[in-house]
Amino acid sequence: MPWQQPGLPEEGAQTGEFSSSAKKVALIMFLAVVTSIFFLFFMAYIQRMKLFDWYPLEEPFLLWINTAFLVLASIAMQRASRIVALDEGSFGVALMAGGIFAVAFLAGQYFAWEELRAGGFYAASNPANAFFYLLTAMHGIHLLGGLYVWARTAWSSKNGVNRQEISQSVELCSVYWHYLLVLWLVLFALMLNT
Amino acid sequence: MSYIAIADRDREEDMHHPKSWFTTYIWSQDHKVIAIQYAMTAIFVGVIALLHSGMMRLQLGFPESFSFIAPEDYYQFITMHGMIMVIYLLTALFLGGFGNYLIPLMCGARDMVFPFLNMLSYWVYLLAVIILLASFFVPGGPTGAGWTLYPPQAILPGTPGATWGILLMLLSLVVFIVAFTMGGLNYVTTVLQARCRGMTLMRMPLSVWGIFTATVLGLLAFPALLVSGIMMTLDSTLGTSFFMPAILSMGEVSKTEGGSPVLFQHLFWFFGHPEVYIVALPAFGIVSDVLATHARKNIFGYRMMVWAILAIGGLSFVVWAHHMYVSGMNPYFGFFFATTTLIIAVPTAIKVYNWVLTLWRGNIHLTVPMLFAIGFIFTFVHGGLTGLFLGNVVVDLPLSDTYFVVGHFHMVMGVSPVLVVFAAIYHWYPKITGRMFNNTLGKWHFGLTFLGTYSIYLPMHYLGILGVPRRYFAMGSTDFIPESAQVMNAGITISALIVAVVQILFFFNMIWSLRAGKKADSNPWRATTLEWQTPQTPPGHGNWGPNLPEVHRWAYDYSVPGAAEDFIPQNMPPDATHTTVDDHARARDQADEHAESAVGDELFGEDE
Repeated sequence: MPWQQPGLPEEGAQTGEFSSSAKKVALIMFLAVVTSIFFLFFMAYIQRMKLFDWYPLEEPFLLWINTAFLVLASIAMQRASRIVALDEGSFGVALMAGGIFAVAFLAGQYFAWEELRAGGFYAASNPANAFFYLLTAMHGIHLLGGLYVWARTAWSSKNGVNRQEISQSVELCSVYWHYLLVLWLVLFALMLNT
Repeated sequence: MSYIAIADRDREEDMHHPKSWFTTYIWSQDHKVIAIQYAMTAIFVGVIALLHSGMMRLQLGFPESFSFIAPEDYYQFITMHGMIMVIYLLTALFLGGFGNYLIPLMCGARDMVFPFLNMLSYWVYLLAVIILLASFFVPGGPTGAGWTLYPPQAILPGTPGATWGILLMLLSLVVFIVAFTMGGLNYVTTVLQARCRGMTLMRMPLSVWGIFTATVLGLLAFPALLVSGIMMTLDSTLGTSFFMPAILSMGEVSKTEGGSPVLFQHLFWFFGHPEVYIVALPAFGIVSDVLATHARKNIFGYRMMVWAILAIGGLSFVVWAHHMYVSGMNPYFGFFFATTTLIIAVPTAIKVYNWVLTLWRGNIHLTVPMLFAIGFIFTFVHGGLTGLFLGNVVVDLPLSDTYFVVGHFHMVMGVSPVLVVFAAIYHWYPKITGRMFNNTLGKWHFGLTFLGTYSIYLPMHYLGILGVPRRYFAMGSTDFIPESAQVMNAGITISALIVAVVQILFFFNMIWSLRAGKKADSNPWRATTLEWQTPQTPPGHGNWGPNLPEVHRWAYDYSVPGAAEDFIPQNMPPDATHTTVDDHARARDQADEHAESAVGDELFGEDE
C-alpha cells in the first residue's frame, strides 16, 4: 500500500524505471507511434481494397532489388552497432555502408515510381496505385528522418565526440533500421498479395 | 549530447543556465517557460473560439436580426469553434501547458529529458496555430465542414472553404500532430525515466498519472487523424478516391468513384473518441489532487484511481463507433459498441464515487480552486449520465444530431474540463507567479460561470428531446418545433453572452494579481506534492536548488494522526513527521548550505 511504508526504497529496488537510457525509451515510444500510423494505413488499405473499383497493381521487379538494398543496410548497421558495443575497432565502414544502402533503397524507390508513372499508373487512376505511392512515400519519409540522424552520428563520430554517446547513437540507428526493414517487408508483402 | 542529463542531474552547478533575456523567456528550453507559452497560445486561440460561439448564439437566439452572419459564416464558426476548443485549446493546454509545468516538478526532475525537443514542440504548435488562423484570410475563408470534416462534403464545392480552407485545416492538423508527438515523447519519457529517488510509480500524484496516460492515448490516437488527414488531402489535391465516392455534385459527375466516406468516419472517430479522454484524463487527475488538498484528506482509493485511469485509457480505443450509429453500419456492430460504451462507465463511475468519498467527512475548504473542482463533479456526472442515454443505440437514433447531443458533449467535455482548467490555474497560480489571486473575484467568477453554463446547456437537452436539430443555421417553418423552443433559444443565448463576458473577471484577476496580488509563500495550500516544496517560488531554472529532492511517501498524507501538521510533504523523512514543515525546511536548507560550503572548500583546496 502506498501509504503504509514511508521511506526511501532500498538501493536497487524496483521503482518502475527502465534500465535503458531515456533516448532508447523515447525511440521505442516513437516506434509505437509509427506502428500506429502504419497499422491504420493497413486497415484503411484492407477496407478500401474490398470495394469494386480496386484493380491490383503489378509491382515493378525493381522493388525486389530495393528490398535487397534495405536488407544489406540493416546488416551493415547491425555490424556497426556490434563493433561499437564490443569495442572491436573502427566501425566507420559499416556505418557508412548502412547509410549508403539506405540511400540506394530510396533511389530505387524513386525509379520504381518513375517506372509506374511511365506505364500510366497514376495515383488518381486507381486506389491501389494511390495506396502504393502513399505508403511507399510514408515509409521513405521515415527512412529520410533516419538518414538525418545517421548523418549526424557519422559526423560526430568523425569529429571525435565521446565514444559512449556515439555508441548509443549507432545502436539506436540500427534499431530504427531494423524496424523500417520489418515495416517494409510487411508493406511489400501486403502489396504483393493484393 | 548534453540534454539527456539535465533532468537527471543531481547538482545544480552542472546545469547550463540561459544567458540572455531572449533565451530565458522566448527561445527557452525551461519546461516552465514552455508551459506558459503553450498555455498563453492555447488560451488566445480559445478566446477566438469563444467569440465564434458568441456569434453562433446570436444567430440561433435571434435569427434574422444580424445581417452580418451569413449561413456560410455560421458553418465556419461551428467548425473553427469545435476544432479549436478540442484540439488547439484543451489538448494543448492540458498536455502542453499543465503537462509541461507539472510533470518535472511533481516527479522531482530538473526539466524534461529532452528540453530542446520540448522547445521545438511549442514552436511547431505555434506554427500549427498560425496556419489554422491563416485560413481566415484565404479566398473562401476557413472550412465550414463541421469539426468532424466528413468527406465528401468537406471537399466538394458548396461547402464553405472547400478549396483553401480545408487544406489549411488539414495541414495545420498534421503540423499539430508533429508538435504533439515531440512533446508527448518527452512527457512519457520524463515520467518513466526522470523521477527523483523514492518517487515510485505508485507514489506519483494522480495529476501525473492522468497526464501520462492521456499522452500515451494521444501518441497512439493522433496517428488516425494524421492518416485520414493525409488521405483526404490527396483526395482533394490529386483527385484520388480514398474517401470520395462517385458523386453528382451541382449537376456534374465527379471523376472519383468507389471511395468510402464511412472509412473516413472510422478513422476519424478512432482518433476522436480517445481524444475525449485525452482531455478528460488530465482533468480527472488534477481534480483528484485539488480535492484532496483542499479537503485535507487523502484521496479515497488511490490505487483504484490509478487503475481506473488506465482502464479508461485502454477502453477508449474500443468505443469509437458509438459516434456512428446512424452511419448505416451492421446492427451487431452497434450492439458491440454500445456494450463497450457502457463498460467504460464502470471505471468512470468508480472515479466519481472516489471523489465524493474523498470529500466525505473531509475538512473542506471552499477555496476558489475547490469550488471549481466540486463544480466539475456536478457537470461531469450530468454529462456522463446523458452519455449513457446516447451510448444506447435505440435511444441514440432519435436523439442523434439534435441539441441533446450538443448539450451532452458540452457538459462532459466542454464545461467539465474547462472548470478543471480554472481549478488548476487558480490552484497553481501562486506557484507559477509567486502571487495570490483575488479571492472575491475568483468566487464571483466561479458562481457566474457555473450557474451560467448550466443555464446554457441544461435547456439544450429539452430542445433535443423536442427534436430541434443541431447544425442548422435557421429553423425556418418547422411544424413540430413549438414557438417556445425559440424563446428557450433566446434565453440560452443571453446566458451564453453573460458567461462569455464574465470571463473578463478571470482575465482581469490573473493580470491584476500579477502585480497587485499578495505575495504567495511557497506552499499556500499546505499541499504535500513536490512542486510546492521547491526552494524558490516561482521555481528557478533547474527547479530544486543544489540537490534533487528525495521522496519518502505517497502524495496524499493529509491529516495523518500524530503528525505535527495536517499534511506531510512527500519529501519529509519518516523520522521528521513530528516536526513542523517549516522546521524541517530550515534544517534542510542548513544542510544544503553546509554541503555547498564543503564542496566549495574542496574545490578551493584543489585549485591551490
